[in-house]
Amino acid sequence: MNVINLFRIALRALQRNKLRAFLTMLGIIIGVAAVIAMVAICQGSKKSIQDQLSSMGSNMITIRPNSNVAAGARLDFSSVQTLTINDVTALKKQAKFLSAVSPSISSRSQVVNGALNWKTTMQGVNPDYLTIRNWPLKEGIPFSENDITSASKVCLLGQTIVDNVFTPGEDPLGKVIRFNNIPFKVIGVLSKKGETAFGQDQDDIIIALYTTVQQRITGSIYLQNIYASAIDENSATNATDEIEKIMRASHKLKPGEEDDFTVRTQAELINTFSSTSQLLTVLLTAIAAISLVIGGIGIMNIMYVSVTERTKEIGLRMSIGARGKDILLQFLVEAILISITGGLIGIALGITTSKLINVFLKWPTLVSQSSITLSFLVCAITGIFFGYYPALKASRLDPIEALRYE
Amino acid sequence: MAKIILHIHDLKREFRMGSEIVRALKGISFDVQEGEFITIMGSSGSGKTTLLNILGCLDKPTDGEYLLDGVNVKSLSRDELAKLRNHKIGFVFQSYNLLARTTALENVELPLMYTPSISSKERKEKAIKALEAVKLADRMHHLPNQLSGGQQQRVAIARALVNEPVMILADEATGNLDSKTSYEIMSLVQELNQQGKTIVFVTHESDIAAFSNRTITLRDGNIIKDFLNENKKSAKDMLASIPVTDDFK
Repeated sequence: MNVINLFRIALRALQRNKLRAFLTMLGIIIGVAAVIAMVAICQGSKKSIQDQLSSMGSNMITIRPNSNVAAGARLDFSSVQTLTINDVTALKKQAKFLSAVSPSISSRSQVVNGALNWKTTMQGVNPDYLTIRNWPLKEGIPFSENDITSASKVCLLGQTIVDNVFTPGEDPLGKVIRFNNIPFKVIGVLSKKGETAFGQDQDDIIIALYTTVQQRITGSIYLQNIYASAIDENSATNATDEIEKIMRASHKLKPGEEDDFTVRTQAELINTFSSTSQLLTVLLTAIAAISLVIGGIGIMNIMYVSVTERTKEIGLRMSIGARGKDILLQFLVEAILISITGGLIGIALGITTSKLINVFLKWPTLVSQSSITLSFLVCAITGIFFGYYPALKASRLDPIEALRYE
Repeated sequence: MAKIILHIHDLKREFRMGSEIVRALKGISFDVQEGEFITIMGSSGSGKTTLLNILGCLDKPTDGEYLLDGVNVKSLSRDELAKLRNHKIGFVFQSYNLLARTTALENVELPLMYTPSISSKERKEKAIKALEAVKLADRMHHLPNQLSGGQQQRVAIARALVNEPVMILADEATGNLDSKTSYEIMSLVQELNQQGKTIVFVTHESDIAAFSNRTITLRDGNIIKDFLNENKKSAKDMLASIPVTDDFK
């Protein structure tokens, strides 16, 4: 029997029972649509979490001085000074996986504006810093290269500083505040960043230039940290390796010598979030997959009923020349047609549902190619798997018995 | 000398029922030549159905020879038997066995579906031709439940004819029909026989046997009578002689 005939026979058989075929299909349709919609919701939320993370500066890499051994005692990194502006320059020049590099040096002191004062931190950085932190200005202008070389006494204020040392309604732009008794001109105000995951107020800060802080406050050539930004999330590991290589060269460390710096990424944070959404994806997909299996069992059930109900038809087909194989294939193709048609409708329904969820519930959804391919394959396999046994049963019927079956 | 379509020699069929062996056919022999119209008669339990199943290649004999159109059936596999049924035998059943919700035309096309070498156009042409042969060409798009019993049986006969088999095997083909319709069917069968079709008709009604050339009677698994009917009755004449009733007019 050729394939066209096979499909024609199976199609005609299904046409004779349209409603039943559709109801059987419904199980598959719902299963597939559920899988696709669930995966779309999970992928969408994962993507939105990732976007949020990277907006927080998830590509940020921190380089710190490492604990060092001085006269047999290991010292912690606050007392160690190994990072200099030369490292920053080397990284900027050589690193391929970094989009921005900034030195950082901070100092804690009292900030005074007229009658108001507040204890806070001044962080000395370069203009790249705001890019690394993904921290836009709310108003004012950013630092210029000129400010760096001249170690200008200009600063950007965090929102908390504005709230504490300025009276409400007062415009801080262009005002001069005193930090550690040194006057700084406010050239900009940072947008509100909020607290870190650990409850630290990120807005309680004054950003100045590292040259200014080094020369006018700390009087040291060393840096406390170097912040860098990887070109994207996936290259964080490459960037880390690269930084280590460049830093070792810059510090002239011999092979085998311990690093005098530490490189940290936000990978852990990302991992935590991704593993959570991963778990969610697995969980929801599992639930949806169960419904797909139930759909498959539905097919099997109907195929069994169908084989029994059509015993006489099978007997007739055999008596006019159908081989066992022909009967097997006929029922198998029927099952596959049901599951694949159901699958296709399910895919369409799943995509539509995802879009509707996005439009009406404003949930981020992302229909992934892989979920479509996968659920379609699962459908086809379900059809074959659950259709095979009833089909085999049909093909093994004795034509004499089958013909006499009432 | 006409070609021998069926050659049966010392045919035996035994069934094992638990520890007992039931001997349904105890060694029967006969030949059927091309163009013959034979009826196989016998009461229930005579081995009639067993013989029919073997003649129809649905079952294989335990012992003895059965050659259908020169092919020894005994040595064939299940699939080869199916092929043989497809090519050489046209079945007509008592209960028509048409596929429900399937047009007459598609029902007739069915055997050709299992013949891969035939194109769909050819299949349709052959089916229409077969329906024309049973005078149902005008009903080809009707569903079985829109046809009368006699018409359904004619569709079944068309289905049996469509593959141009060497033999038409009818199993109580008139059993579900009233006598007038029976005569109509028999008249059709006789007509087909006149066109050269070999017909084997299994029945228990002796008046049906009167329309055939030859009657083989079975009892307890043996042939008790193999009788050549010299003065075959014409079903057409019988039909004509039935008084026309006005009931349905």
